[in-house]
Amino acid sequence: MSNPPETSLQSEKALKRLRRRRAADMRFRMYGLAALGFALFSLVFLITAIAWKASGAVTYHVVKTDIVLTPERIAPDGNASPEEITRNIEGFYTLVRDDLFARFPNAGDSLAVRQDFSALVDRLAVLPLARRVARHPSLIGQTVTVEVPVSDDVDLFLKRSSPRSVPFRIGTGAQLSSGQDDSMVLTQPDLASVRATLTALGEQDGVPSVFVTSKGAVARLSDLGDQTATFELLAGDVADFEGTPLKGLIVTVPESRRTISDLQIAWALALRSEGVIRRVPHTSLLTRTDSTYPELAGSLAAIVGSLLTMLVTGMVAIPMGIFAAIFLEEFAPKNRLTQLIEVNINNLAAVPSIVFGLLGATLLLGTFGLPRSAPLVGGLVLALLILPVVIIAARAALRAVPPSIRSGALAVGASRMQAVFHHVLPLAFPGMLTGAILGMARALGETAPLLLIGMVAFVAEVPSSTTDEATALPVLIYSWASNAERAWEPMTAAVIVILLALLVIMNVIVVMLRRKFERRW
Amino acid sequence: MVQQLGQLPMGWLLTALLVFVVTTGFSVGRIRAERYLVSGGHKFHSRGNYHGYYVAMWGLLPTLLIAAVYVLFSQTAVFGLLNSELPEGFHTLSKAELQSYLEAVAGAAKTGGYAGADRIFATVTSRFLELSGSLKAATLAAMILSAIGGIAYARRKVAPDFRARLKVERGAEAFLFLCAAIAIATTVGIVASLLYESLRFFAQVPVTDFLFGTRWNAQTSAEFGALPLFFGTFMIALIAMFVAAPIGLFAAIYLSEYASVRTRRYMKPLLEMLAGIPTVVYGFFALLVIAPGVRAAALGINSLLINIGVTSEPFLAAQPTSALAAGLVMGVMVIPFVSSLSDDVINAVPQTLRDAAFAMGATKSETIKQIILPAALPGIVASMLLAVSRAIGETMIVVMAAGQRARISFDPSTDLTTITVQIVALLTGETQFDSPKTLSAFALGLVLFLVTLGFNLIALRVVQRYREKYE
Repeated sequence: MSNPPETSLQSEKALKRLRRRRAADMRFRMYGLAALGFALFSLVFLITAIAWKASGAVTYHVVKTDIVLTPERIAPDGNASPEEITRNIEGFYTLVRDDLFARFPNAGDSLAVRQDFSALVDRLAVLPLARRVARHPSLIGQTVTVEVPVSDDVDLFLKRSSPRSVPFRIGTGAQLSSGQDDSMVLTQPDLASVRATLTALGEQDGVPSVFVTSKGAVARLSDLGDQTATFELLAGDVADFEGTPLKGLIVTVPESRRTISDLQIAWALALRSEGVIRRVPHTSLLTRTDSTYPELAGSLAAIVGSLLTMLVTGMVAIPMGIFAAIFLEEFAPKNRLTQLIEVNINNLAAVPSIVFGLLGATLLLGTFGLPRSAPLVGGLVLALLILPVVIIAARAALRAVPPSIRSGALAVGASRMQAVFHHVLPLAFPGMLTGAILGMARALGETAPLLLIGMVAFVAEVPSSTTDEATALPVLIYSWASNAERAWEPMTAAVIVILLALLVIMNVIVVMLRRKFERRW
Repeated sequence: MVQQLGQLPMGWLLTALLVFVVTTGFSVGRIRAERYLVSGGHKFHSRGNYHGYYVAMWGLLPTLLIAAVYVLFSQTAVFGLLNSELPEGFHTLSKAELQSYLEAVAGAAKTGGYAGADRIFATVTSRFLELSGSLKAATLAAMILSAIGGIAYARRKVAPDFRARLKVERGAEAFLFLCAAIAIATTVGIVASLLYESLRFFAQVPVTDFLFGTRWNAQTSAEFGALPLFFGTFMIALIAMFVAAPIGLFAAIYLSEYASVRTRRYMKPLLEMLAGIPTVVYGFFALLVIAPGVRAAALGINSLLINIGVTSEPFLAAQPTSALAAGLVMGVMVIPFVSSLSDDVINAVPQTLRDAAFAMGATKSETIKQIILPAALPGIVASMLLAVSRAIGETMIVVMAAGQRARISFDPSTDLTTITVQIVALLTGETQFDSPKTLSAFALGLVLFLVTLGFNLIALRVVQRYREKYE
């Protein structure tokens, strides 16, 4: 037997060429897959990065304590009006601070120490308490439970995000004795992990701080010998450390290079171990308005501002877009004017959004003198911005209705207007609505035009009408992202999550509408 | 009395009045028509409802016009009147100061008048309330009168052989046309406002200085050479296209030629999600994640180059915000703009071309490279142009991650500024509409509008030609 005769297509050379071509084919396919993979990876990376950042703002630390609302502090002249009570933030603040400070009898009473202590809670944090008392003056003189957020530096430290801190444990083998001047000495402690960490960190410009805590007491390492370790007591007594395993924390950044001092750290740790400072869900992010202090800021005003803006946008853009689409699709004669309108709409859809902001700034604010920073103006600008989107989607929906519907209506004597409004429009409406919602989703995320019409102002009051000063969610994201403090990052990410959630909801509605009303003719 | 009129909530009143006019007009017309019907058994051309609509239309039209004029111009009118009455001393104030004073007056008036110690302010506020009160009262009166007039006129027309339906339908069609014409009005408004403000700007700064000058210092002094901005915009868009063009194109090829129907159905919406994410989110991401990464990489390259002795100075600028960071993220953002349209045009290439290529023994990739891509080229180019136009006009990413410094540098790790960044920087905060600083933003806007318009027009034309070719 012999092999079948070799044709030119089966020669070694031909097969080799075929292999090369197939490899090239495979490579090409892989490029495509890689491109798709990169795009999806970017999407996932973006969303996880933001969700991970936002997770830091899901909870925050508050001080929860019972205080007596002594009348001398809150309403010194006995008979204060609600306004005066609200204005007396200092009085409420002193009450809260002194209540906390009384837990540290050893802290001394120098001005510097008090100032240091005051930084644990920002003054404005007691404002809700002051408002509550102003509303219910009968509370004066009684004991109330208050919950005030701790300052952002303390919060970030307790969440271990900044400055970074490493926990460690000390075995029970060590012996504890009291040293001189508020210090204590540990003999033969098992501090291998601490030594290792400290060596790993090396000498920066300053040494890391090492704390040990137990119940309500905190001490800082002052001298680490071969056999002994001396700690300086910052809060509580030596007795608090006896008989319990010691937990410790190494704060890797030296004290001179961070915004929170060692004493503040000690107080915060002590208050937390006593349950006075506790971690609670960060609901104030949704219930409060903007503030210059990250721990007191919330997005309520921006959410309401966005809703008001969307209201105006929807009321203008949706009917107008649908009517325009009906005209262009059903009534427009084929002439130059309608052609011009068509080209125009396609072009408008691709005009940069910031140009619409310029239009709003000159025409609406300048010529017509509408109020700056108002949802009315923002809504109108965004309505013009999404009008092409709505029109294009609505036309597609109208085109999807088969001509037989129109012909049927006309055949039984309906006028053209009646055919469209009684028969075509109801069938096209779900499709129009999905386009409208997608347009609204785009408007909800727009930032640049709103910046130009002044909706970037700091708004501390929830807007109640479309002519009030307001801001919107994306603008809030922008302004929070431009703040310097670290604490704003998780807050900003959390607001982004809120915004994305709203967008997802709108898109889910679109998908559901499509599923329900999708119809093949 | 007049002062109290000044505090009328006009928004609600206008709405209520318009609703009232419409319902009244409709009932008047319909009742009149039905009376005829009941009384004499006339045969009507149009149904009663259409007579109602007709009368309502006539009532609504003049009232709506008056209301629109009021909403748009009342503030300006009251300010103008007040301004002419203000004593001499006020006219030494600059225009912007005067405007903010008047706005403060309006704000005080809105909350029910001013009760503080500033007597001049109190007087001005009460005069403001008087003026706006009379204006409001006059507007309401005019609306009511015109509504009555319109309704009365239309009511007389109601008769058995009156063709109300045709009139109403013609009115409705005119209304539909107006809605469609808003699109044109928007374009005209954009062009007119940008041109007007730009011409005012070019009256103070020569066009050539603006277009070809290399020093931009609008915030502080009067240096308006926009070339560095054009360069920054171009550079960042270029970086973005380096990311978006290959990835978008290959993704489109994979989705349209290789992927199964199932994969395609899930992947396409996922890809388009990239375009649905608000740009401020991309900006935050660029600022927080990508910019530090770019900086770290640039610093690494610097120390590497110094270590191996190529240079002794740091080679890259390694700024905290950089053109590269903004460009990369913007590239990711515009991927769907490339891929979506490319996917469409690749799909529109007739199947017969593919079949013919396969029949000749071509592999899939050869078919794509040598048959489909050349056939789809115009559409692909158009998609790239649209993506470039999107990248040039994008604002938030560059505002947050590209920087503020106007300069010409080819180092991607340096911070560049763009047209859009400068527009935002010039128009947020205190704005005075007369200073060249503010006006320059509109000149930049005009350039931006013209450039993107050019790209869009070419792209749309190409796509249209292409569609015609295969349909």
